[in-house]
Amino acid sequence: MSARIGVVTFPGSLDDRDAIRAVELMGGQGVPLWHADPELHGVDGVILPGGFSYGDYLRCGAIARFAPVMEEIRGFAARGGPVLGICNGFQILCESGLLPGALIRNRSLRFVCRIVSLRVETTQTPITADVPPGEILEIPIKHGEGQFVAGEADLDRLEDEGMVVFRYCGPDGEVSEDHNPNGALRGIAGIRNEAGNVVGLMPHPEHAVDPDVGPTGGQALFASLLSHVMATAR
Amino acid sequence: MRFAVEVLVTLKPGLADPQGKAVEGALPALGWTNVSGVRVGKHVRLELEADGEAAARTQVEEMSSRLLSNPVIEDSRILEVQEVPQEGVQHT
Repeated sequence: MSARIGVVTFPGSLDDRDAIRAVELMGGQGVPLWHADPELHGVDGVILPGGFSYGDYLRCGAIARFAPVMEEIRGFAARGGPVLGICNGFQILCESGLLPGALIRNRSLRFVCRIVSLRVETTQTPITADVPPGEILEIPIKHGEGQFVAGEADLDRLEDEGMVVFRYCGPDGEVSEDHNPNGALRGIAGIRNEAGNVVGLMPHPEHAVDPDVGPTGGQALFASLLSHVMATAR
Repeated sequence: MRFAVEVLVTLKPGLADPQGKAVEGALPALGWTNVSGVRVGKHVRLELEADGEAAARTQVEEMSSRLLSNPVIEDSRILEVQEVPQEGVQHT
């Protein structure tokens, strides 16, 4: 039996199919979930994919958080189920209050689309459980609103409790403004909740699993997610 | 009673406002070189049924904090509450 990972399609989602494909390339089973269907169909984990749900109207992720499926995901997360939000999915998790902070327009005002280096900061999440801290992963980003911001108190709490999961870095893992593609505070590319089961990140691991089309930094994250799900499912 | 309410949503002070910066950067091109501190916000106008102005305000404040604005990054305030004619009622 392979891990069943649900991927939600909202109106305006773009990377739902890539996420399903990545899950399947890595040996899991991708299960399409529909925003209006308040049912998770017994999946072992959930991915909120990238895209422009509801046209990003009002604020990125602001409308998607009220989709019927989100109520189910909130309960699933509260029971400890792994939830991964990628890009727009990260924005939705922040808007839902499942993760602290918010994502605002890139400091450059420009949409950025390129491969970045990411430093893994903690193993205390399903997607990094098998990835050594300090590991550098090459993964693409593509976003206009990826600048992570939060109040100073929240930022300190994220640092103190090991809730920062990924930081933008240089090829040798050095974190500096030169390697910060969007102005994110403290170079933060991804965070987790207190329990560790809800993770959001701006970079796209689902676009980094197939060596034929680019870097493969996403493989380790999907492999970790799938093995974590299998280990906890029984 | 029916009320028209206007809400102003602004980025919290101190948070970088790239949109405001872009506008600020464009103004000198038109000859206005004496402008600074441009911040861009959102204006929302809506109508609602409520028992009175106070009830209308309370509801709009709740809607503002739950959807119209994201309190993590934005402030919102009611600019104006005005009683308007009932929808569907003909005024001659």
